[in-house]
This record gives sequence, C-alpha cells and structure tokens, in this order.
Amino acid sequence: MLRLKNINSYYGQVHALKNVSLHLAKGEIVTLIGANGAGKSTLLNTLSAITPARSGELLFEGNSITTLSPSRIVELGISQVPEGRQVFKPLSVEDNLELGAYLRARKRAEKGAIRDDLAMIYELFPRLKERRKQMAGTLSGGEQQMLAIGRALMARPRLLLLDEPSMGLAPLVVQEIFRVVEALRKEKGTTVLLVEQNAKAALTLADRGYVMETGKVILEGPSGELLENHEVQRAYLGKEKKEIWER
Amino acid sequence: MDLLQQLTQYAFSGFSTGAIYALIGLGFAIIYNSTGIINFAQGEFVMLGGVLTYFSLTVLRLPYLVAMAVAVAVTTAAGAAFERLTIRPLKSPSPLSLVIITIGGSIFIRGVAMLLWGKDTHALPPFSGNDPLTVGGASIMPQHLWIFGITLLIIAANKFFFYYTISGKAMRACSHNRTAASLVGIDVRKMVLLSFVISSAVGSLAGIIIAPLTMTAYDVGVMLGLKGFCAAIIGGMSSGFGTVLGGLLLGLLESFGAGLISSGYKDAIAFIVLLLILFIRPQGLFSKAQTERV
Repeated sequence: MLRLKNINSYYGQVHALKNVSLHLAKGEIVTLIGANGAGKSTLLNTLSAITPARSGELLFEGNSITTLSPSRIVELGISQVPEGRQVFKPLSVEDNLELGAYLRARKRAEKGAIRDDLAMIYELFPRLKERRKQMAGTLSGGEQQMLAIGRALMARPRLLLLDEPSMGLAPLVVQEIFRVVEALRKEKGTTVLLVEQNAKAALTLADRGYVMETGKVILEGPSGELLENHEVQRAYLGKEKKEIWER
Repeated sequence: MDLLQQLTQYAFSGFSTGAIYALIGLGFAIIYNSTGIINFAQGEFVMLGGVLTYFSLTVLRLPYLVAMAVAVAVTTAAGAAFERLTIRPLKSPSPLSLVIITIGGSIFIRGVAMLLWGKDTHALPPFSGNDPLTVGGASIMPQHLWIFGITLLIIAANKFFFYYTISGKAMRACSHNRTAASLVGIDVRKMVLLSFVISSAVGSLAGIIIAPLTMTAYDVGVMLGLKGFCAAIIGGMSSGFGTVLGGLLLGLLESFGAGLISSGYKDAIAFIVLLLILFIRPQGLFSKAQTERV
C-alpha cells in the first residue's frame, strides 16, 4: 500500500532521513521505534508533505506521491495525528472534528456522510461527545489525544499515521487508545503506521516493526522477533545486558 | 447649549469615529491572526475605499451604490494583489522585514493614488440627507446612523464567518497552528490570501462610510490606519469584540478630549493611549486569562 524508496529528508539543516526504505501492506499495523531524534517524526512529516523529501520516492497504492501538497495527501487518504496532539485549542471540540473533514466539507454530496462520521467518532470516544461544545484547550491530555485521532479519522483515511500517541498519558488511557487503533483496523481495514517511544506497547500492538537510529532504519521484522531481539531489548525495552546474558 | 447636551454630542461623534476605528482595527486583527503580520498598509485600503468611490461617482458618473461596489471590489483586488506580490514570494521572512514591506507597500499605494487622483481633498455626499436629527438635545447627522448600522452589520457578518462557516473556522485553525491546519488539508497560503481579501474589503467599507463626514484624500490612510492600529492594540489584536470595544473607547476618548480639553490634542490622545497600553498591558485591555491545559 505504501512504499518508501531511499528517502532523504532534512529537518532544518539536519540530514534527518538517510536513504530510508520501508513498506506497509494493506491492513497492517506497523510501528516505527527509536530514540528521540532518530527521525521518526520527520518520516511522518515527509509522508504528509510537511517536510518534503529531497530525494527518493514515495509510492501510495502504486502512485507516486513524492511531490504532492499536504492537502492532496490528505485527499488521497493519508492522515496524520501529529506529535503532541496539536488540536486547535481555541476552537470547540466539534469544530476541531469538523475541520478534520475540511476537504470533504466543500463537496455538497458529503454532508450526510460527514454527519455520520461525526456520530461514529462520538461513539468511539463518548467523552468527546460530552464535551463537544467545550474549547479543545480545556480538555485533558488523554481527551486531546482522542480528539486529535478523531480529527484525523474525519478525513476517512485509509492510512493513519500516529505520532507518539502515548506521550505523557496514563497507562489506562494509552490502553484505550491502542484498543481503538486495533478496532479501526478490524472494522474499517485502516492501515496504521505507529511511531512510538514506548517500544514495548507498540510492538505488542503492531504486526511488524522498524527500528530507526540517527536517520537510518537499522532493524526490521515481525514484532515478535523484535521483542526477542537482544539489541532492541537493550536499547529500547530497558533490559540490562546482564539480564539478557543470564538467560 | 448646556453641558449635558454637549456631552451627548461628544458621545455621538465619539461613537461614530470609534466605530470606524473599530472597523479598521478589525482589518489589522484579521490579518495579524491568520499570518502574524501587522499590515501597516491597512490604512491605504481605507483611503482607497473613499477615493475610489469619489472617483467612480464624479469621473465615471456611476450611481452611488454602484460606485461603492466598484470601490470595494477594486480595493479588495488591490488587497489580494498586495498579498500575492509582497507577502507570498517571501520564503521565511523575519517580522522586521515584513513590517518594512507593508510600510513600503503603503507608501507605494499612497504615491500611486496621489499620481492618479491628485492631492485634493474631496467630500462624498452623505448617504441620506444633510439635515441633522435632534436626539436628547444633541444633533446627530444621518450619516452617523449609517456608520453605526453598517459597522454593526460588518461585525455581525465577521462573527458569523469566523464562528459558523467552515472557511472561517479553517482560518482560525490556521492562526492557531499552521502545521496542524496543513495536516487536515487546509491550504495555509489560501487562508493568508483570504485574510487580506477580507480585511481590505472591511477597510474599504470603513473608508467609504466615513468619507461623507471627514472628507477623503490620498493621504487619509496614514492617520486612520494608525488609529485603527491603536484600536486593535487596545483590544489585544482579537478579531472580535476586544477590537470593537477598543475602537469605541478610542473614539470616545478622542471626542471627549477634543471637546473638554482642546481639539489640538485630538490625535495625541490616541498615541498616548497606545503608549500606555503598550507599557502597562501589552496583551490588550480585554484579553482574559485563558484556561488551557497542555
């Protein structure tokens, strides 16, 4: 469904992605793990055309999307839930969701479908319905994360890019959000690319994983294998070398 | 005329000039909120509104309403062209260079207006009648009522646009967080253009409705623009009621100051207020503490 070929991208002056190649099949949940500054967020922003690739090729469902504008990317069915949620704080919860469907709202025929989707989001996150008239800035961190996900879903994405959805949230809330991601795949067949620092939770949820370090993909494989991989355990799962050695 | 009548008189004229300042201030705030730019050419849009109406009316001999429509349309086009030619080509401009560019733009527009229409000062005919009405012992021109009415209409239309239409909400989203706005598919550059279109239209309307009272010429934009800027600063650059209240407050202060102290200080008052606000409450008089969690 999605294929990156030798992507090079810059974050300011920093060469943030160095010949990155990866692929996602339809309906897969794939996670991208790595330390801070490994280039994970830049990769998502390159996909969303916020920081366009300097070289390499991006293919989505067989077509090149390397040079498209951010709004064309959304139109094609790739939505991002950005790091740190980035909801529109002065706007109401409902306005935030409505703006998620911004590109669809301009077509008359979509009106009914947008209303249905709004109801669907409220069903998915009942807390958002309770607070739909409230300013988004007054929501708790977990609620803002739900809102950010809801906003992205309003564009009816076929590929959802999630950037650190667990950041700063209580474990219970993280569980709820991961449950929703799983439900989305099951019910709608949404493909998910999940960027996480919480490597254990991410690998438990995902089918496959990529490990990034200083702008390069250094490891890839099925989640189970990565969870067992000593290098991954040491660097990202917080297990000491000694502990691994003893086994 | 006793004191009470005089005070009522000052209040009327204060409210009507205040309404104009509010409209001009709104123009500043709309552009500032969607782009972070303080557009010092805003006053020139106001000037263009008045001067173009006069030109269409006298030279092209168009009916009054058509002349106004032409003036608004041409000014709006000028506003859009201004954004296209000066703001958009910049890749990552510093605030200082943006300020210089908008000031340069305003000098340019003023110069062109002077070359095209000369240096004379003109008055537009009032919209309806020249006979003052007497209200509570004070006399009020019908034009004042037009100013109140049209200002209210424009403010209501603005409120409706920014809070109840998808494009308005998208503009607010853009002003809050451009990256997030791009991520939902909002074309940020289009929103910047739209903000220039709206504020030049609002500015030209302000210029048209005040021209029958205060005359219009190629250089009225300087002072009106600065007063509008004051109004926006008092209101904390909000594109809502803060700026409107700021404009009215400024208008009232000016009119009472001119009446009770000396008319020579009329313009000084605006700048004293501006300086005081910038020293003491740079966030504006009416901005409330925001409840927000991060």
